[in-house]
Amino acid sequence: MKLADRVERVPPSGIRKFFDLAAEAEDVISLGVGEPDFATPWSAREAAISSLERGRTSYTSNRGLSELRAAISERERKQRGLDYDPDDEVLVTAGASEAIDLAFRALVDPGDTVAIGQPSYVCYPPGAIFAGGEVLSVPTQASEDFALTRAALEDSGAADASVLVCCYPNNPTGATMSAEELEPVAEFCREHDLAVVSDEIYADLTYEGDHASIATLPGMRERTIVVNGFSKAHAMTGLRLGYALAPAEASAAMTRVHQYTMLSAPTTAQYAAIDALENCEADVAEMRTQYDRRRRYVLSRFAEMGIDCFEASGAFYVFPEAPGGDAEAFAEALLEEAGVAVVPGDVFGEGGAGHLRVSYATGLSDLREAMDRIESFVT
Amino acid sequence: MAERERARTELLELLVENARYSTADLARFTDLDEGEVEAAIADLEESGAIRGYQAVLDPGRDERERVRALVELNVTLDRETSYEEIARRLAGFSEVQSLRLVSGDYDFALDVEADSMNRVSRFVSEKVARLPEITQTVTHYVMDTYKDRGIEMSERGDDDRLSVSP
Repeated sequence: MKLADRVERVPPSGIRKFFDLAAEAEDVISLGVGEPDFATPWSAREAAISSLERGRTSYTSNRGLSELRAAISERERKQRGLDYDPDDEVLVTAGASEAIDLAFRALVDPGDTVAIGQPSYVCYPPGAIFAGGEVLSVPTQASEDFALTRAALEDSGAADASVLVCCYPNNPTGATMSAEELEPVAEFCREHDLAVVSDEIYADLTYEGDHASIATLPGMRERTIVVNGFSKAHAMTGLRLGYALAPAEASAAMTRVHQYTMLSAPTTAQYAAIDALENCEADVAEMRTQYDRRRRYVLSRFAEMGIDCFEASGAFYVFPEAPGGDAEAFAEALLEEAGVAVVPGDVFGEGGAGHLRVSYATGLSDLREAMDRIESFVT
Repeated sequence: MAERERARTELLELLVENARYSTADLARFTDLDEGEVEAAIADLEESGAIRGYQAVLDPGRDERERVRALVELNVTLDRETSYEEIARRLAGFSEVQSLRLVSGDYDFALDVEADSMNRVSRFVSEKVARLPEITQTVTHYVMDTYKDRGIEMSERGDDDRLSVSP
């Protein structure tokens, strides 16, 4: 069977290799996990069970349950100043991943360039390519706190791109960007007429100050698709529920693709999500507190070991420099000799080389043991 | 001052979660230095905000096989006798693990613990019920404990997440 070129062009994820290595090894503590260690808050799980008991297992409307869209709209407005009409500007998707895919399919024509701030989540470049686009990497640097800068956009030639993808708080660096830092990026996008796909899945996991969305900056709402979901802050990864906030025209375009490919997001998960928004703010706050403690703990430990680590302020990752410089070699040796799995930064694209993604979505006792092992490995 | 208050609150929460965190770890969690952690804890202990530290046991695995009962008490007050006074007399017994004044159908709720059912029964009937202010006792023996002070007794499930994921 002849496979499509645009699929063959995309190599399998570099993370896969480490998954296989970690799966073979014994007594491994994994700091390589990109999802919460908490279970979904019980109240949301209970709502999902109750919806099943009542037989609520049919499709929902394409955009998602209206009660859910209203709750999403209200929370985003209150917490982040994002004002979107639940009827024609909110789309509920099967995970934020689907929302990102829909954004690309709605915005990218064959040959269009998609500029992607990197290092970043591994799914953006393949998503852009599957939609027929060309990928342009815009590197961010440890010396600039892994923030996207106007200079990096100019130097990489992003002026010719039609779409910019950015993700703050960032996976894998844990970097966040303030409204002041985002403004020059926004200005660049306005000047060169770029649309923005802003992946804000970690927005609730911001530890220093409040999350700022690029869509709230002047002239940005009409050119931005905001992607968010329930996987991270509400610990609902397996329930696969996300959403996109976009101006009506873009939202309608995404909904058209979604209508023909997904029809509607999983119904059970939508009922869980309504409850998550109504009743689980305290759980989210508690998880955030726990992550923040672990973040400070891990940063302190790396500082004590003399390993350079940028002061991550969001998500649940820190991104230290790999001692010796070769991140992949270090990560492999650390796994084999010390039994700790981390992910080499190279797999997250340009700018990630020489760094390690260390996830602190792991209970404190395991985290402490893992940091002890890293310490004896490097000394 | 606000910073100091925040740190104290955070330390309290951490100690309630696990009183055996080392000073070094507490310092790392809170961005305080170890001296500040020691001083703040000493402060909390001195002011009486922290009354003590205890292990939370799973009674099902406690080889001493202690017997526990929840005891409801009704009392009558008179001009000379207040709740505080009755409470002081009850709290003095080592069998009484906790003692609370509650709203509702009865006045005091007690957790009583001893090394046999016989001792618990005798304690309630001979020591508690005989106090002149006590008008009624209802004793509920604990049959099984599933959660105590926020800690579940069941085995923690294995971490079934993929060991490495994007």
